[in-house]
Amino acid sequence: MPPLSTDDSRPRFVLRKVVRKLAALCLLLLFGGLLGASLVRFAPGFSVDDASLDARLSAESHEALRSQNNTEQNIFSFYAHYLGALLRGDLGTSRTLQRPVRELLAERLPVTIQSVAFGIAFGWTLGFGLAILNARFRFRALETASTLLASAFMSIPIAVIAILFVFAGTSARFAIGLLIFPKIYRYSWNMMKSSMSSPHIITARAKGLSPLSIVTWHVIPPLAPELVALFAVSISVAVGAAIPVEAISDSPGIGQLAWQAAQGRDLPVLVNLTLLVTAVTLVANSFSDLMNETFGARA
Amino acid sequence: MKFALKTFWMAAVLLLATINSSAQGNELRFVLHAEPKTFDPILVQDDSSETVRYLTGGVLIRLNRKSQKLEPELATNWKVGSSGKTIRLTIRGGVQFSDGTPFSADDVAYTFRRLMDPAVHSPTGDAFRSSSGTVTTQVSGKDQVTITFPAPVAGVARLFDSIVMMSAKSALKEKAVLGPFMVGEYHPGSYLLLKRNPHYWKQDAGGRRLPLLDSIRLDIQQNRDTETLRFQRGDIDLINSLDTDYFNRLLKDAPGSVTDLGPSLDAEQFWFNQVKRSPIPAYKIAWFRSTNFRRAIAHATNRDDISRLVFSGHARPASGPVSVANKFWFNAKLKPYVFDRRMAMEFLAKDGFRRDGTTLRDKDGHPVEFSIITNAGNKAREREATLIQQDLAELGMKVNIVTLDFPSLIDRISQSFNYEACILGLLNSDLDPNEQMNVWLSSSENHQWDPSQKSPATQWEADIDKLMRQQASSTNDTVRKQAYDRVQEVVWEQVPFLYLVTKNALAAISPKVKNAEPTVLRPQTYWNIEKIAVQGK
Amino acid sequence: MMKAIRAISIAILSIALLSCIFAEFVAPNHYAKQDREASNEPPSHRYLLGTDELGRDRFARLVYGSRVSFTLAPAAAIFSVLLAEIIGGLAGYVGGVWKSAAMAVTDLVLSMPWLFLLITVRAALPLNVSPMVSVVVTFLLLGMLGWAASARMLCSAGTQIRQSGYVLQAQAAGCRGWRLFFVHVAPNLKPLLLAQFWISVPIFILAEANLGLLGLGISEPLPSWGGMLRELENYSALRSEPWRFAALILLFLVVSAFQFVLPENAANEVRS
Repeated sequence: MPPLSTDDSRPRFVLRKVVRKLAALCLLLLFGGLLGASLVRFAPGFSVDDASLDARLSAESHEALRSQNNTEQNIFSFYAHYLGALLRGDLGTSRTLQRPVRELLAERLPVTIQSVAFGIAFGWTLGFGLAILNARFRFRALETASTLLASAFMSIPIAVIAILFVFAGTSARFAIGLLIFPKIYRYSWNMMKSSMSSPHIITARAKGLSPLSIVTWHVIPPLAPELVALFAVSISVAVGAAIPVEAISDSPGIGQLAWQAAQGRDLPVLVNLTLLVTAVTLVANSFSDLMNETFGARA
Repeated sequence: MKFALKTFWMAAVLLLATINSSAQGNELRFVLHAEPKTFDPILVQDDSSETVRYLTGGVLIRLNRKSQKLEPELATNWKVGSSGKTIRLTIRGGVQFSDGTPFSADDVAYTFRRLMDPAVHSPTGDAFRSSSGTVTTQVSGKDQVTITFPAPVAGVARLFDSIVMMSAKSALKEKAVLGPFMVGEYHPGSYLLLKRNPHYWKQDAGGRRLPLLDSIRLDIQQNRDTETLRFQRGDIDLINSLDTDYFNRLLKDAPGSVTDLGPSLDAEQFWFNQVKRSPIPAYKIAWFRSTNFRRAIAHATNRDDISRLVFSGHARPASGPVSVANKFWFNAKLKPYVFDRRMAMEFLAKDGFRRDGTTLRDKDGHPVEFSIITNAGNKAREREATLIQQDLAELGMKVNIVTLDFPSLIDRISQSFNYEACILGLLNSDLDPNEQMNVWLSSSENHQWDPSQKSPATQWEADIDKLMRQQASSTNDTVRKQAYDRVQEVVWEQVPFLYLVTKNALAAISPKVKNAEPTVLRPQTYWNIEKIAVQGK
Repeated sequence: MMKAIRAISIAILSIALLSCIFAEFVAPNHYAKQDREASNEPPSHRYLLGTDELGRDRFARLVYGSRVSFTLAPAAAIFSVLLAEIIGGLAGYVGGVWKSAAMAVTDLVLSMPWLFLLITVRAALPLNVSPMVSVVVTFLLLGMLGWAASARMLCSAGTQIRQSGYVLQAQAAGCRGWRLFFVHVAPNLKPLLLAQFWISVPIFILAEANLGLLGLGISEPLPSWGGMLRELENYSALRSEPWRFAALILLFLVVSAFQFVLPENAANEVRS
């Protein structure tokens, strides 16, 4: 597709583009769900149960367990059934917990949304805050220190950060924030730095505007589309980070559920979670692409 | 930057405050390591559900975990018929379920009907199904119940310890309970709050109504490190079956709170795959099926080192399937295999194995190499395997260690049989050998080394089958003990399972907890829950 | 200041690299040797970082573990970054339907539960493989799955380069197709590739540690950084035995050093 020229960005064109993109997203999402379901279904240990080691059970009970677990032989028919039920708002029933997946998600989504929101807020405060301070004061020492901090957290794996927070007795949600912080910092500081050498900023500075008002009124606003795009991407990164963090800190959210479901080969739960994660990733990334393309941002 | 830091610390302080503010009242707290899968006592299988069942359920007969003797609970007395096919119980009067519904003999009949319903597949119920036929329950008068089984059930009375009475009439169904506590709040993935059952029937010697606690908070938490950490901070009061690492840690930081209760019923076991149809080379199956080979391995593994290094001395080499903690059934004549490489080599030589430089070869020249699988994430088992790897390397055997996630492991040992050797700990929750019936019968699926045999593959397996059936059909404890002693001897001679060590039961109990009398039998620390109190909160 | 930091970084990396190459001299004890009479020892002149539960020299395990992680993690990183360049960079450069398709695949790869693929692969591998083979397979898989995170970035960089003046000029001068890509586009992706490479290395090291839990990573008795990081799980022990932090500190030092050795413009290109 050729780069957009200005007269193409009429509302109708944008609308058509959005509709087409949405359709593609839906197809991709459906395919992602099927792929995820197949990965789970064909992993070893799908049709077994911890209970098969239970010596108290009689042969008949073992047989009953097996036939109960050996469902979903055909992944396509499972998926078709699942989608059919999904349209009626039924997300299926968890195999390990024996409860409707809808209930499980309803209980756990708020927890995860909270910790992801907290992590994003924390990561942005730290990352964007440092970038603004850099832009405002332009101290070499401050810049070096922030760069060091950012690279430090880039090199410590998220699981280790989470463990250290649990060790310290605080909430492991900070780990989500510290994971996205270096990305936010580096990206936004690089954008600000290049925009600060642009002619209109030099003009503004020559006119004697205070550094703070330059940053607030002349540096940040033109970057808005890119920042929004960055924000969208940081959501999908934070959601991805929530799984290990919640599993490590035993926080009762989606991440913990996902880990338990993986251990129990809980197909109905996992297919829903795969769809959810895929949807978040697709929407966040496409949104950021759309922002960048529509507003002609650089990256 | 300053602002960010400030918000960071404010948030941290707020979070800490919320974590610490919730401790109040006469409440006991401990951790469940997984989500309870069911609150229906009939369907209980996993540990977490078992804990909830123990704390909330009322049973007719209770096994005193300390004396290992049966005690009357909701049945004031019972009598097993001379044939072993019937049990007649007298039901305690004036007892009510947690919702006020009176408890009667009809409820016992109802419970048994549900328990024995073939469609339910209750693990508790399966224990009664020693042969085909139906279990009948007969109510006579208000408080007499007679239960008749199609065939004699050995040690029938003790099975009642896990049969929780359910109400036939209550609208709350399984939520109406007879135990000291009832489920108050349940926040899946987070915690379960058990509240005192106001209708609980028991009183202590001083006439105080039991239980002494107002509530029990069970936090759902998989991570054992967090559990230990929270115990150190005073967030939780008990830890059952503590791992050695954490025991040592607490011993250093809070020496008064941890106890080694002595040998538990749990053993770590190591076995070879003897399934002929399994997809591994036939010559390897031939090694594994050879008694000499298995006895050689038993002599070549230094199990003192396993006790010492993996369990810091809180374990001892095991002699067989029955732990020394099982006072009645333990066969004291058996001693663990001594660690002796020379004897190991002698046994190997009998089968034609010989050393070729640093490699051991079988009579056809195949180098001896096999893999041990165990469940990933269990550090103790990984270390056991690593020690065995090194011990066997001394004989010239090459051992590879493969850790697998649990479903993959089960798949290999119970369906595809694509494995060579395995280390696992199969739990013993009951003292009676009847619970082990399916482990020993060659026709059973849980006869792990060679399951579901049409007819016994070896003479010794046929012997075990016979002895196990013999003990199961007798009601005479001396006869039963004789038969089961012999089973233990055959297992010792043939080593189908190499019992590595018997682990000690390690527990942590906060000094705040009063009247705790921890024992090795599950549930170690809180078996006398109605008498436990918490002080100083 | 940055110069000094860079010099220190180079020194750290050289020391780490040299001690890996000359592991036999640096750590005289063998990593698998069990001194069963000296388990869980604190640091001493015989065992510089003490011993683990089985009496194995922690220092030797760290040095030999570095050798494994130092060769395989960068190898996997190179593999994944090259895949990312081919998929992302090329798609961004070609644009159009290709770009949309490549990005769709990337998004899918980012959101699938690959854990199950790894479990399946372990099931397909024979049980009696040497620890070295299984670790190579692990890193190969990681490389094959790890490209998606970098692909997105390389894609937008590809697009950017395609629209840049010098590519248009080269096109006008008659340079087309693959030649244009390899001569004018790929070299300009290099700083970004390098940056992505440095970021991927620690991610792969840790991923290996997590896989160890699934039996796909390194198996006993071979040591790795990941395996040593697992000791951190026992964090209640860390306070009284701070030398257990050694693996983490080393990882942290080495990875940060990697980042500072980068030429400045490359570090600046690290985005999103």
